[in-house]
Amino acid sequence: MNDKNKIIAGLVIFFLVLLFPFWFNLIFGAADASTAPEPKLTDKAKEAETCVAETDHMRTEHMQILDQWRDIVVRDGKRVYVAENGKEYEASLSNTCMDCHSNKEEFCDSCHNYTSVDPYCWDCHTYPEETK
Amino acid sequence: MENSRRRFLKTAGVSILGVGAGSMLIGLAPGSTKAAGPGTKAGPSYTHGPEAMKGGRWGMVIDTRKLKDSTCRKMEKACHSIHNVPDHIGKFDKKNHEIKWIWATEFKHAFPGQEVEFLSEKLEHAPVPVLCNHCDNPPCVRACPTKATFKRESDGIVLMDFHRCIGCRFCMAACPYGARSFNFRDPRPAIENENPDFPTRMKGVVEKCNFCAERLAVGKMPACVEVSGGALIFGDLNDPESDVRKLLADEYAIRRKPNLGTFPSVFYIV
Repeated sequence: MNDKNKIIAGLVIFFLVLLFPFWFNLIFGAADASTAPEPKLTDKAKEAETCVAETDHMRTEHMQILDQWRDIVVRDGKRVYVAENGKEYEASLSNTCMDCHSNKEEFCDSCHNYTSVDPYCWDCHTYPEETK
Repeated sequence: MENSRRRFLKTAGVSILGVGAGSMLIGLAPGSTKAAGPGTKAGPSYTHGPEAMKGGRWGMVIDTRKLKDSTCRKMEKACHSIHNVPDHIGKFDKKNHEIKWIWATEFKHAFPGQEVEFLSEKLEHAPVPVLCNHCDNPPCVRACPTKATFKRESDGIVLMDFHRCIGCRFCMAACPYGARSFNFRDPRPAIENENPDFPTRMKGVVEKCNFCAERLAVGKMPACVEVSGGALIFGDLNDPESDVRKLLADEYAIRRKPNLGTFPSVFYIV
């Protein structure tokens, strides 16, 4: 019962090491890691105001929409997407999405890199700067 | 004691019934927002484009009598440039990696079962363009373990879903016509001028002719038909009034390896 100081010191060191990622990020990584990047819109995208769905929905569900698009276009041959507001779009990543969002690096990649997502769309599909 | 247990069970039973009925009523209530999904209105839907061509079973008649070598070359070029088909032979001299959707061959290779002993000189050297036959009973579809290749029920085209292909090449072994090619290497460096309207493929997927499904969807004829100068006729085999059926009614046409029971949709007049 005389090791009280040693035990407390040991506990403090243990928790410091355990919580390393948290305090390290708080002190050193705050600038780039804790603030999520804001995807930049092109002028064309700003002008259009709405995407194929509302912005919040697009932000969280765009991958599901793209997944649906590819299945329905490829397998059912239905190439026209009728949005909730009744507007019609060609269901195509390269021809519709990238037409407005032609800034892949600032729009797609900024968030994908931040969240460490690596979609393999671009293995086959083209984006504007690439084909120029 | 007896009395209170009895009362407890009763209350418990009634409460369970109440909770169950209550949640059911909430679920059935009109205007329940749960079933309608994220939006407020009816939700998105999908349709065909206004110019899309409709057919029950697309087919092709190839009149080899009208075809010259140069026309075949033109057809190959048109198809391969539109669909971003890589040219591994021209670029890297790699014959083993060749990818082709449509190509010209000789009569004896296209129709090995015909057993024509004294074939005319003209036919022997005439070019016979071959491509995916879009069989009515496609063996490749049965072989595919992921349903990446499938026969579209609406119009009978045998298509590839490159997203799903895992590159096992069972379909290539199953296809009796050798109509499928495998991307042994990244196709992009071997594409001369990339067509931005059509995706490329990636290493490790199988590809083949798609009867220009993307062109039919916007009301255009397949690329090879367009440049064939009338030697290739395309149309709906289920429609007795279509050009292909009229031509088949007038002329004797053969199909490749009919004894295999694949029922090809590509016919040849020789």
